Amino acid sequence: MNLLIYIIKRFIQTIPLLFIVSIIGFFLIRLCPVDPLGELRLNPSISRQTLEAEKIRLGLDKPIIVQYGLWLKSFIRGDMGICTTGEKVSDKLKERIPNTLLLAAAVIFFTWIIGIPLGIVAALNKGKAIDRILTILSGIGMAIPSFFFALLMLLLAVKTGLFPTGGLTSYNYSSLSTGGKVIDIAHHLILPVLVLFTISLSGLQRQMRSNLLDVMESDYVKYARAKGLSETKVIFKHALRNAVNPLITLLGFEFASLLSGAALTEFVFQYPGLGRLILEAVLKSDINLVMASLMIGTIMLVAGNLLADILLKIVDPRVEAS
Amino acid sequence: MRYSQDGIFKQMMRDKFASGAFWVLIVLYLCVFSAVFISPYPKDYSDRRSAYAPPSKIYIINEYGKLSKPYTYNYIRSFDENTFQIKYREDRSKKYSVKYFSKGYKYKIFGIIPFDRHFINVENGGKLYILGTDINGRDNFSRLLFGGQISLTVGFLALFICFPIGLLYGGISGYIGGKTDFIMMRVAEAVMSIPAFYLLIILASVLPAGMTSIQRFALIIVILAFIGWASFARVIRGMVLSIKEADYITAARAFGASKIHIIVKHVLPQTLSYVIVAITLTVPSYILAESGLSFLGLGIQQPDASWGNMLKEAQDFVNITSRPWLLAPGFLIFVAVLAFNIIGDTIRDVVDPKSKVR
Repeated sequence: MNLLIYIIKRFIQTIPLLFIVSIIGFFLIRLCPVDPLGELRLNPSISRQTLEAEKIRLGLDKPIIVQYGLWLKSFIRGDMGICTTGEKVSDKLKERIPNTLLLAAAVIFFTWIIGIPLGIVAALNKGKAIDRILTILSGIGMAIPSFFFALLMLLLAVKTGLFPTGGLTSYNYSSLSTGGKVIDIAHHLILPVLVLFTISLSGLQRQMRSNLLDVMESDYVKYARAKGLSETKVIFKHALRNAVNPLITLLGFEFASLLSGAALTEFVFQYPGLGRLILEAVLKSDINLVMASLMIGTIMLVAGNLLADILLKIVDPRVEAS
Repeated sequence: MRYSQDGIFKQMMRDKFASGAFWVLIVLYLCVFSAVFISPYPKDYSDRRSAYAPPSKIYIINEYGKLSKPYTYNYIRSFDENTFQIKYREDRSKKYSVKYFSKGYKYKIFGIIPFDRHFINVENGGKLYILGTDINGRDNFSRLLFGGQISLTVGFLALFICFPIGLLYGGISGYIGGKTDFIMMRVAEAVMSIPAFYLLIILASVLPAGMTSIQRFALIIVILAFIGWASFARVIRGMVLSIKEADYITAARAFGASKIHIIVKHVLPQTLSYVIVAITLTVPSYILAESGLSFLGLGIQQPDASWGNMLKEAQDFVNITSRPWLLAPGFLIFVAVLAFNIIGDTIRDVVDPKSKVR
């Protein structure tokens, strides 16, 4: 019950947040001296009726406040207009969002199953050679620009021929069996995941190390030791559980930085994700698409934080909604 | 707690890695700011007949196996009809000796004193491409130095906008409290909820096309500053909430000092140690953001160089395999960011040994 109230409370908090973001986004994009339908007009395959319908939907002849209201109304209804290519924005987003989620999920999965053990190892060997080495490696991981690392991986792919050089599927994807399809996608995911994984691993490893070091200093760990428990039991049964809690909050941030950081990696690997979509939309000044993907990106980020908060509440019931 | 700047610096330099990183940065900044002196070619030099020329090899042992003054050969360009690629091979018929502190193109020190000596150059008629050339036959090495002037300063300049805004915003929000605090924090959270890079590219695309490079440079700084202020302001606000309970703040209030005076003169100086750490850790993230933007073609535009837009060329499959020298700017970004991070980490350990921020 307590949990349910917490979830509802946190959920209601996000609504004004999204509202403010939509205002900021809308007016920022309208600052741009570009005719929102300019590119559509240039596309001969788009009929006059579609253009008129868009004009009415966006209310372009009305003052900007009214335009914002109209835009918000149709966005909530799920109507986001059409892209410059004539496709529906919502279809395009439906196609791209799962790809981005897949990439993010794979990266987070690997970061956690490798980052946490490495953090533990570093903390337990504090000041020793292995800790020093891990600190240096994580420093390098944090400093390497994602697009530069992606370029180096691309170089590797081209030179060795072991990996595909971009995209998510091979040209013969549709003719593959189900198992073959999974393998094909996994094969395409390896390099982009590796790039993003290297970058987010460092942060998680360092955080885990410092959390565990903090917890190891606390009274209840000292008590557990004094009780005569073996060191393994102290660490794995008592210390670890509390050291992981702050990482759950970090999960939300990690998701956010993946959404942002993935854009450049997606660009280099020609990966069909949300980041590349918004980039292409910006470059083609496709206003409908830019606005929609900005909002969807924000909603995904906020939802990620919300999920992390709820997860933390389940793991650690002492947490209160602020 | 307050620390004198000197104390922090001295303690930081005691760390081997941090002092190494510090000297690396000093050398990098010295090099890019004396770019006109070091570079063998001027900013706008381009020789279309030597596009994508590989790095010039510098020899110190001559064909008879004897030690000689350093020299290099020019390249001869030819077209390979089988692979449709342009090939370069050395023209062994004539040596050109490499010269130091010799006369080259004219420039002005600090924009006033005319001068024409260069750190490294080559005999008349010779070409010295230390790191090869790009598609327009521009010397990569010289452009790296000129590009560094932009890439390495953008971060610092953006800080000068971002930090005062963040400090004041967080200070006011935390000190005044109540409804003002509530609204101000919701706005800051909203800005933080937009995926930073999405916001960055949208803002960059709003820039009109016909700007001069100086205007564009200035606006990119403003855009970068727009990204970081919100999270910074939130931390400052948190600190201000606890600082404002201190007795000396109550005393200042009792003397009748104005709110803004108390915030600026008494509250904000207390956040100094955090600000120093945040500055050294924010500069590298701005360097990365600028190079990312320029890499996408939304930041610094050609013909101006920045490390990001130079790396843009390396994306091409042919370039990436057969012209690895185009990747050089990536290594420099990496080195600069790594050095800043190491210094930032060390300063944080010095200022706040129990800090949880990692």
